[in-house]
Amino acid sequence: MLLYILRRCLISIPTLIIISIISFILIQLPPGDFVDAYISERLIIDGSITDVDALRASIQAELDISDNMAVNYFKWISGFPSGDFGYSFQHQKPVSDLIWGKLGLTFLITFVTLIFTLTTAFFTGILSAMKPYTLFDYVVSFLGFLGLAIPNFLLALLLMYLSLNWFGSPFSGLFSPEYINAPWSMDKLYDALKHIWIPVIVVGTAGTASQIRIMRATMMDELHKPYVDTARSKGLPTYKVILKYPVRHAITPLASTIGWQLPELVSGSAIVAIVLSLPTTGPYLLEALRGQDMYLAGTFLMMLAILTIIGTLLSDIILALLDPRIRLS
Amino acid sequence: MTTTYTPGQSSSEEELEKSLEAQDQGNDIFYASKKRLMWLRFKQHKVALFSGIMIIFFYLVALFANFVSVQDINSFNAKYKYVAPTDIHWTDPDGSFTRPYIKNITRKLNMETLEYEYTAGDEMYPIKFLHRGYSYKLLGLVETDLHLMGVDDGAALFLMGSDKLGRDIFSKVVHGARISLSIGLIGVFLSLVFGAILGGISGFYGGRTDTLIQRLIEVLMSFPSIPLWMALAASLPPHWSPLIVYFMITLILSLIGWTGIARVVRGIVMRLKEEKYTEAALLSGAGNFYIIRKHLLPGSTSFVIAHATLSIPAMIIAETSLSFLGIGLRPPVVSWGVLLQEAQSITVIANYPWVLYPAFFVIATVLFFNFLGDGLRDAADPYMNRA
Repeated sequence: MLLYILRRCLISIPTLIIISIISFILIQLPPGDFVDAYISERLIIDGSITDVDALRASIQAELDISDNMAVNYFKWISGFPSGDFGYSFQHQKPVSDLIWGKLGLTFLITFVTLIFTLTTAFFTGILSAMKPYTLFDYVVSFLGFLGLAIPNFLLALLLMYLSLNWFGSPFSGLFSPEYINAPWSMDKLYDALKHIWIPVIVVGTAGTASQIRIMRATMMDELHKPYVDTARSKGLPTYKVILKYPVRHAITPLASTIGWQLPELVSGSAIVAIVLSLPTTGPYLLEALRGQDMYLAGTFLMMLAILTIIGTLLSDIILALLDPRIRLS
Repeated sequence: MTTTYTPGQSSSEEELEKSLEAQDQGNDIFYASKKRLMWLRFKQHKVALFSGIMIIFFYLVALFANFVSVQDINSFNAKYKYVAPTDIHWTDPDGSFTRPYIKNITRKLNMETLEYEYTAGDEMYPIKFLHRGYSYKLLGLVETDLHLMGVDDGAALFLMGSDKLGRDIFSKVVHGARISLSIGLIGVFLSLVFGAILGGISGFYGGRTDTLIQRLIEVLMSFPSIPLWMALAASLPPHWSPLIVYFMITLILSLIGWTGIARVVRGIVMRLKEEKYTEAALLSGAGNFYIIRKHLLPGSTSFVIAHATLSIPAMIIAETSLSFLGIGLRPPVVSWGVLLQEAQSITVIANYPWVLYPAFFVIATVLFFNFLGDGLRDAADPYMNRA
């Protein structure tokens, strides 16, 4: 088992390197860069500047960047092991000062959403499969299809509109006003958990819908197997029959969805955060991309990718724990 | 393919057989061609059939957008700012049934809020079908001014209300369908080309090529797609013409969308390669190209089409999301996402909820494509027994 985990970890290292290169190239794609924008700004303020090249050189020296993309890349990536991700031009702060809080919240939302989708899908899927073609089943299927069809940001807008109509205030943010700038404490965490349910529902709906379908389908296959009849004929109560045998089979496909679910959840939370103005990575990434703040945007992209890779790793390990056939092959 | 489930698919194998028997009047379904079997299987899935018809209808509306729309989308009228959807009346003032008509709109400035308030006037304007309105070129060829419906000057027909510049949202939705529906189709076509070629190579040659392509797909798939799209879309220079931006966005969407299709194609190709008939062809000295054309393509087309249909919704949602955030398409291009940019502020939604109308069309289209894709996927392999 340890060997399996070790091998999986080693495989993800080249993936991470490729991702870091892609992230960095992506950030460089827009024509012009932050220095250009900065220079034109300075020229407008101070009309007496004539030597643009000298100005450029001085700014580049000040920001410690060079014209050569590869040099910048190695400077950026070599700081990673020591937690130095470069300097944010827009915020005039080291990137590492800016990202952790946002990444932590992104992680919190993603994690809670994952738990939410898995538990909902688990129970709803079992119930749907046990009572197929009933009203409950149809309602679940219908809601599932609707959940798949509504883009995340629209669901967020709709919920904001409804909460404005029902409670008189639109839902936005992740904290009550008194906690926004407060340092982290148990109270603040509790406050965040009180607000988190809307983003969790919004981000999780599509995932839950597809997971319910998977859970239901595998359960339907398993429920007709002879071993279920055997268990029943032994006189086991229904809940034991279901939970002990077919559910153990059906849980593997469900667990295997975690791997591809995570990138989607991270994606989804990025866009929902922008709509609901949550203090997570989404809005800051967008702002950094627009402002061509290359180290900040690159680090955000990289960190989100790392988050999903760690998630995939974890889901592979869970799968291996659940299913001996995977870890032994 | 036992994991597929859709409501309305409750009919069991027996019913299928029964209906097939009824169709063929005792003629054995064993003689039916694969195409015919697929069609029969697809027809079973009523929801998919209905969705297919609705999608065709949507595309037709998009094709004849100018004919269907009421108002020229480039014109604006400051007199009708954020007018609520027009009430259509079916009965006379004395209560008898009549042809549909609308009332003119009167505008009054509310001195407290300094906003215009619109109320229905007393004049009656019947809705005229095949009305003469603004002139346009039908399909870009024939100059005409014929429209599906309209009202005489003096009143304004806003089926879905108007926006902040007094433009008819219905007409804009109809025009937006052109971009929003075509971007999914073109995007999927591009991903199909990338995906089929790379997935085909991966499955056909196997070995090191396969590993390399699979690693690439894994890397792309592990990237959260929306941040990646955001980065790519933000890199489009703002001075590019809307048309180029449109094609670039399509390309960006398909660059990531091809991975799913490539996996499906690879799986099918690997399976078909193991089939006895492929082996037989190889042994009798058939070339690679011959085998691909004769054995692999016909066997995989239906699956690939079904999968492609299922990946259109994701593209439509992605375009809408990107445009909504302001990093996708931009005005003057009209797409559903661009239209929803108006709904970015909660105050606008609260006061003028009809700006959310384009959202219903996004949701409906995505739903229909999902159902259609499910039906196609079930029909793709008519020889398989349905669970």
